[in-house]
Amino acid sequence: MENKVKRNLPDNLMSEMGLKPFETVDIGNPEVNRVAPKVRVTTGADKVVNSLEEVIKRTVQDGMTISFHHHFRNGDFAFNKVMDLIIKLGYKNLTLAPSSLTGIMNDKVIEAIKKGVITDITSSGMRGSLGDFISHGGLKKPVIFRSHGNRARSIEEGEIKIDVAFLGVPNADPAGNANGQEGDAIFGSLGYALIDAQYANKVVLLTDNIVDYPNTPASIKQTQVDYVVKVDQIGDADKIGSGATRFTKDPKELKIAQMVNQVIVNSPYYKEGFSFQTGSGGAALAVTRYLRQSMINDGITASFALGGITKPTTDLLDEGLVKKVMDVQDFDKGAAASMAKNKDQQEIDASWYADPHNKGAVVNNLDIAILSALQIDTDFNVNVMTGSDGVIRGAIGGHQDAASAKMTIITAPLVRGRNATVVPAVETVVTPGDSIDVLVTERGIAINPKRPDLLAAFSKVTNLNIIDIKELQKMAEQQVGSPKALEYTDNTVALIQYRDGSIIDTIKQVKE
Amino acid sequence: MEIKTIGVAGTLESSDIQIMISKGTNGIQIDLDSEVIKAYGDQIKEVIITTLKKYGVQNAKVKATDKGALDCVIAARTLTAVQRATETSDQPKLEVL
Repeated sequence: MENKVKRNLPDNLMSEMGLKPFETVDIGNPEVNRVAPKVRVTTGADKVVNSLEEVIKRTVQDGMTISFHHHFRNGDFAFNKVMDLIIKLGYKNLTLAPSSLTGIMNDKVIEAIKKGVITDITSSGMRGSLGDFISHGGLKKPVIFRSHGNRARSIEEGEIKIDVAFLGVPNADPAGNANGQEGDAIFGSLGYALIDAQYANKVVLLTDNIVDYPNTPASIKQTQVDYVVKVDQIGDADKIGSGATRFTKDPKELKIAQMVNQVIVNSPYYKEGFSFQTGSGGAALAVTRYLRQSMINDGITASFALGGITKPTTDLLDEGLVKKVMDVQDFDKGAAASMAKNKDQQEIDASWYADPHNKGAVVNNLDIAILSALQIDTDFNVNVMTGSDGVIRGAIGGHQDAASAKMTIITAPLVRGRNATVVPAVETVVTPGDSIDVLVTERGIAINPKRPDLLAAFSKVTNLNIIDIKELQKMAEQQVGSPKALEYTDNTVALIQYRDGSIIDTIKQVKE
Repeated sequence: MEIKTIGVAGTLESSDIQIMISKGTNGIQIDLDSEVIKAYGDQIKEVIITTLKKYGVQNAKVKATDKGALDCVIAARTLTAVQRATETSDQPKLEVL
């Protein structure tokens, strides 16, 4: 069958797994049921256990679904500690359902798949050796990729039923009250893990820092926690902030950032009390700096900044240019450390952030989202999941969710090396073009024809270089040439869900 | 045109290509390593072969390490490498470009 973004979906897999094809970005007003976890009642007196192996034996059985969070990013020690023991103990047929998978987890996941320990995976994304392994058919069943908002929805509606959540934290008291803000390896917001803590049947905290009761602020509460396990070291502080956040000196990225800022300040949304979300890419970070100067010059303040938060954003909070930071995740040490000091940096869980089946999530209140792309096509569909070789090397993250903003801006260079970024058709559709409004490249700005209001508003501004997206695509092709079409086998290695759980695209195994 | 020595041009920087040309006896043999080999491998080889043939080279071994170079860069690096390999750098045939 073909879905509404013209992607051919495998009929047998769709019916076998009971999946629906993507139809529309309009979520509508469906009535849904939420599920509740099973609770084993205790007074909470004996939660602290020194042996992680003992806790795993008590909680995990073959065929279960286990989960982790990725707030420690590449400084995570929790995942490998737990998985080492699970592999050693010889468990089989587990479903792995983390909020995402970071590079430090790759080798362990591959080992667990090869030994039959893990047979199902759902994640926001994957990169490096694991993405390569999956793209070459390493896992029999297709991986299911979900956005952060969709993961929250899936857990709340029971599509992902977590049996045991293993959650690393930089502090916890003996009853299980914990946060991400104090200790040796802090990461700030526990946003993604809060869903696991609320909905998993068993919640196991791992920490190297057991503090006096009662521990506040209690992001994870004692009411949710079954075990608190003391470990030597839960994470590497120096590697939590590495990876995504960097300051750019690249003149092309700086030019794009300046153009994005021009788009923002000339948009109808730029007024007192506006709101925005920026990603963690080089151009997005630089936008924050240009936007800051514009806001000072124009005497405008923002009501909130949303999302994965970086230090340039918390600096705006300190300066009073942003009134609140709604924080589901922190990308660097500065933003993580700021949470403990600033009551206006509000920790939000993934459901509050972006669950589409909600009584309104923060993304529904968002004016402007600035997001990146590996590829964008002439229908404005965005790929953030597969590289130009067709191999998995990315994550949905909050991309589909933040694109709910009133104006969603994609920033991307026209070409990267020899690969065109603006293409006739993206390799994998992750975020549908219907939710994308503006594309900013260093060679020009394209407006989605579905937004004639924006086109009219921006056409009045003399220094904005507005250009048809098909022209941008041709310019890219002139520069790099026409690539040979990539070859895939018929084997589906991954499914890309839209926010509502419908299937927007699939990823096929690459040919050797 | 005779290959007299090993000629190298280009770097391993992003958007560049490093070309190493040495003596061969069996036509132009290219060993290509590229980040975009699936999408552009054939085109890269074609640019190298065309450039060498224009320079009058019929037999050569080419080791190419590509970091996403555009065709104009590939042709320029190939030309420089073949000038060095044929020891004709002091009398370059610029019309080949």
